[in-house]
Amino acid sequence: MGYQWNWGVFAQPSATGDDTYFGWMLAGFKMTIGLSLSAWVIALLLGALVGVLRTVPNRVLAGIATAYVELFRNIPLLVQLFIWYFVLPELLPASIGDVYKQSNPVLQQFLASMVCLGLFTSARVAEQVRSGINSLPRGQKNAGLALGFTLPQTYRFVMLPMAFRLVVPPLTSEFLNIFKNSAVCSTIGLLELAAQGRQLVDYTAQPYESFIAVTLAYILINVTVMTLMHKFEKRIAVPGYIGGK
Amino acid sequence: MIKIANVSKHYGDFNVLKDCSTTVSKGEVIVVCGPSGSGKSTLIKCVNGLEPFQSGEIIVNGISVGDPKTNLSKLRSHVGMVFQNFELFPHMSITQNLAIAQVKVLGRKQDEAIDKGLKLLDRVGLKAHAHKFPGQLSGGQQQRVAIARALAMDPICMLFDEPTSALDPEMVNEVLDVMTELAQEGMTMMCVTHEMGFARRVADRVIFMDQGAIVEDDSKEAFFANPRSERAQQFLAKILHH
Ligand SMILES: Nc1ncnc2c1ncn2[C@@H]1O[C@H](COP(=O)(O)OP(=O)(O)O)[C@@H](O)[C@H]1O
Ligand SMILES: [Mg+2]
Repeated sequence: MGYQWNWGVFAQPSATGDDTYFGWMLAGFKMTIGLSLSAWVIALLLGALVGVLRTVPNRVLAGIATAYVELFRNIPLLVQLFIWYFVLPELLPASIGDVYKQSNPVLQQFLASMVCLGLFTSARVAEQVRSGINSLPRGQKNAGLALGFTLPQTYRFVMLPMAFRLVVPPLTSEFLNIFKNSAVCSTIGLLELAAQGRQLVDYTAQPYESFIAVTLAYILINVTVMTLMHKFEKRIAVPGYIGGK
Repeated sequence: MIKIANVSKHYGDFNVLKDCSTTVSKGEVIVVCGPSGSGKSTLIKCVNGLEPFQSGEIIVNGISVGDPKTNLSKLRSHVGMVFQNFELFPHMSITQNLAIAQVKVLGRKQDEAIDKGLKLLDRVGLKAHAHKFPGQLSGGQQQRVAIARALAMDPICMLFDEPTSALDPEMVNEVLDVMTELAQEGMTMMCVTHEMGFARRVADRVIFMDQGAIVEDDSKEAFFANPRSERAQQFLAKILHH
């Protein structure tokens, strides 16, 4: 079949006239980055907190943390997204709900996506943090306590700094996942990278160019994240520590 | 200084400590020995509240360890502990290892804490290693740093849980030398160890544990000359054999 390659398509003005098709791709790229990074901040903060709580001696706190992880990890991401976007605004008190529903639709899509991705990923981060803490030698906690540190101080000064170093490699893959998972948010109409790619196909009938461009953009993100995280890992490596580099 | 009275502890059905009683007076050095699994580590961890116990009483410097109202962190800050696996903090330099608890627990100034830490590091013969990290030291060196770290808190007594059993044989003596010196300076010490040479040199009393109970609690002279229980005799014969 005679497919007409046309890489020049990206330089053409878009159908709506206010931009080039490259501009569309770039907007999608920025949206993916902005969404993923802001969701990642939520995931890291909440995930670290919940992961730590899963390891504390207090049964109630540990139980709440476990329930949190099970809830967000076991419901499919797509279902969670629909709940955040379609269901939750209806459950808000009318006064708040109305303000929300009258706000900029793109803002609504972005907020729902950010919270959804952030919480979903936080459950996965929490599991990594928990296993990092649990893989520390048991004696470390006792050594901290024996010096007179309180339990929170022992976490802060003794356990978490090492646990944190242990979880950087698995967190790198969660970080990569959040970029990939952000593509799900195109289902509620958010114009992120994958959605822009699809839109380009609809308007230009150049599917190969569009999806090759989208793929390259994801690869670029991937390579950048891996490079940065690798550098970071080296910077925090502990001299002489076995298992460190 | 340390009074252990009728202490018992269970893990479910398993009786780890059975009605253990002993005392350690100020300046005394007690060696605790016994077969593996006899409850030595558990007993010594009960002394600073790292392990809870169900019945009995432990009084350290007039404070009841088992009392829920006791501020355990405060108590522990005056009770030094040295572990089998050193347990230095791997992400901190030796200097930081020595200083951090002084600063965060005792509220000392950073430079004051470092000064004190370095003095003690010098005392255990490792001043040149102050800037290194634990992973860059040998086991014997790490254990000496761990002792210095505990001493930096100005402890009223020191607990040792098999401080030399994770060491290569050629490093055992450098650690025992530091402990001997400490004992001779009058530190109150409770040492779980199988180093009978050390016990002979510096111990005032020897406690022998078996299956969670204190079977012997005697002056070292009496213990080595004529252990009363058959288990202790067997144990000594085995351990002194090599
Ligand atoms: N957390 C635990 N749960 C159940 N049993 C334990 C636990 N910790 C220690 N034990 C058991 O208690 C006994 C005494 O242990 P320990 O005090 O470490 O002995 P020792 O130091 O004399 O070798 C051992 O039989 C051990 O298996
Ligand atoms: Mg032991």
